[in-house]
Amino acid sequence: MNLDLILGILQIVLIATTPLVFAGIGELVTEKSGVLNLGVEGMMLVGAVSAFIVLVITGSYFLAFFVSILSGIIMSGLFAFLVLFLMSNQIATGLALTIFGIGLSSMLGKQYIGTPIDGLSPWFFVIFSFLIVFLVSYFFYKTKAGLILRAVGESHNSAHALGYSVIKIRFLSILFGGSMCALAGSYISICYAPMWQEGMTAGRGWIALALVVFATWKPERVLIGAYIFGGVTILQMNLQALGLRFPGQFFSMAPYVATIIVLVLISSNKLRIKLSAPASLTIPFYKGR
Amino acid sequence: MNSLFPSIVSRSQSLGLMNFFVPIISIVLTLITGSIIFVLLGFDPLYALYTFFISPISSTYGISELFVKATPLALIAIGLSYCFKNNIYNIGAEGQLTMGAIFGGGIGILFHDTNAFWLLPLMIFAGAIGGALWGLIPAILKTKFNTNEILTSLMLVYVALFILDYLVVGPWKDPFGYSFPKSRPFSESGRMPLLFDGLRVHFGLIITLFLIFVSWFIFSKTIFGFQLKVSGYSPKAARYAGFNQTTLVFFAFAICGAFAGIAGLAEVSGPIGLLYRDISPNYGFTAIIVAFLGRLHPIGIIFASLVIALTYLGAEDAQLFLQIPSAVGFIFQGLVLFYLLGAELLINYKLTYKKLL
Repeated sequence: MNLDLILGILQIVLIATTPLVFAGIGELVTEKSGVLNLGVEGMMLVGAVSAFIVLVITGSYFLAFFVSILSGIIMSGLFAFLVLFLMSNQIATGLALTIFGIGLSSMLGKQYIGTPIDGLSPWFFVIFSFLIVFLVSYFFYKTKAGLILRAVGESHNSAHALGYSVIKIRFLSILFGGSMCALAGSYISICYAPMWQEGMTAGRGWIALALVVFATWKPERVLIGAYIFGGVTILQMNLQALGLRFPGQFFSMAPYVATIIVLVLISSNKLRIKLSAPASLTIPFYKGR
Repeated sequence: MNSLFPSIVSRSQSLGLMNFFVPIISIVLTLITGSIIFVLLGFDPLYALYTFFISPISSTYGISELFVKATPLALIAIGLSYCFKNNIYNIGAEGQLTMGAIFGGGIGILFHDTNAFWLLPLMIFAGAIGGALWGLIPAILKTKFNTNEILTSLMLVYVALFILDYLVVGPWKDPFGYSFPKSRPFSESGRMPLLFDGLRVHFGLIITLFLIFVSWFIFSKTIFGFQLKVSGYSPKAARYAGFNQTTLVFFAFAICGAFAGIAGLAEVSGPIGLLYRDISPNYGFTAIIVAFLGRLHPIGIIFASLVIALTYLGAEDAQLFLQIPSAVGFIFQGLVLFYLLGAELLINYKLTYKKLL
């Protein structure tokens, strides 16, 4: 093992993990406000395809990311409208968002499969991913607005009684989550891959959801969790590349199996989950006018 | 003067009539949205809707195909209702379907040169066991380790798909298959009998209808069905009544897994006849929509499975005749679920216009 190899692996891990950090921290903010959005995978895919298409058409990276984030805001806005104003079941609505996103992205992207693009250097986003985690952490624990958001997630009735607009705060949190998921998707299609392929996020959205549980709803721990998963993913890829006499599919399973194992280890302490999860998670808020 | 926007008022009792209307409202709204999408894509909406929803079922063959697609959807959806009724979110039916296909298909490959009456029943049984075992994993993790079943059941989908992939390119690869990733074909007696000559609709449909009938009986006539319903409506009431939630979770997952497993086996031993990589066009996920659209009711699920099966056929025709990517089918499926969930508001709440002056 020489230094170059270790640095090389470290680089790849950083690049591969960044989208998990974005999607994970976005979902964490949404969940902190008391809303579970299972549409992460769908929003990532739509974000990925919209960024890719805009880049192919206009050639502008700025526009690509801009439109992608806009798509995330629209997708999550749709979700927010349903769960906040029509008080629909959050779990089912999130699933609908994912199914819709899978369909929409593969329809929009059909003619762009295999189109070559110049990938963008990922380093800006790698640094930004660390920055955003610490910004979110600062926001939650050092600002009044963050405290209010957490209060809404813990007890929406108390927050409402104090005069805070539960619906508005949740709406904004959902939109933030959506834009982060779209950013994660566009990073994958423009920096990480760089290409478009149907279902290219390959379950990262679901792993991001698992990350929030792993992190017990604490921002910095999303980073730790994401790097464990990123590390496992890169490790299995490298082991596969070594051409061991062990079937590759069993390596490819590793990130998903690791997710299950980690979830079990974290969740088996019932008290820990009960104390860390936002108390109003998935419970709709109804003012009872 | 009345206010411009209606305000939402909770109903003291949910309106049963709406259970029937809400799915219809959501289908109509989906069709309207669909025609807007077709106009935006530059098609005559009537022609596009005709191509999507009418022409696929305007022949006997088309109607048979509709039932071929509806069979796994309805079977998985009725299985999912055991879970959803109890607020257990098993979204890994696709994995349970895959595992059923692996177990049942494995028997079919093992006895690929045997022709006997017991082969198909054995395969169906193995499929049910495979699906049930895969479904029991999230059940155990949920009850013993308090782990969220949504995430574990979904992760297990990926694991099951990789196992299938490994088997069909590895140990179960057809020795005469020119190294294509597929298994040997099953023997004739390992195939689902066809119901009509020349049409692909198969015996799986009969199994599905039978299991739907059994489920209707369980839901409405047995204590187990009652317990499922009560603990879904009010977990607290169920606890006070002494219902064992752990047992309910186990049974719900096992039954759902078994049904999905049978659906998977019916796919590989019905229309396909061997194992390969892509045995299911997302039936396990789409069945979630079918279950909700059918409002977890056996009769509702039968109708919902036909509607959603039509989106599969329509998407194929749209790709063929309108050059619209077949993924448009998933968009319709997502839309119908959105509208359904939105319109559910009408069941538990009513809209009233407040007097302002």
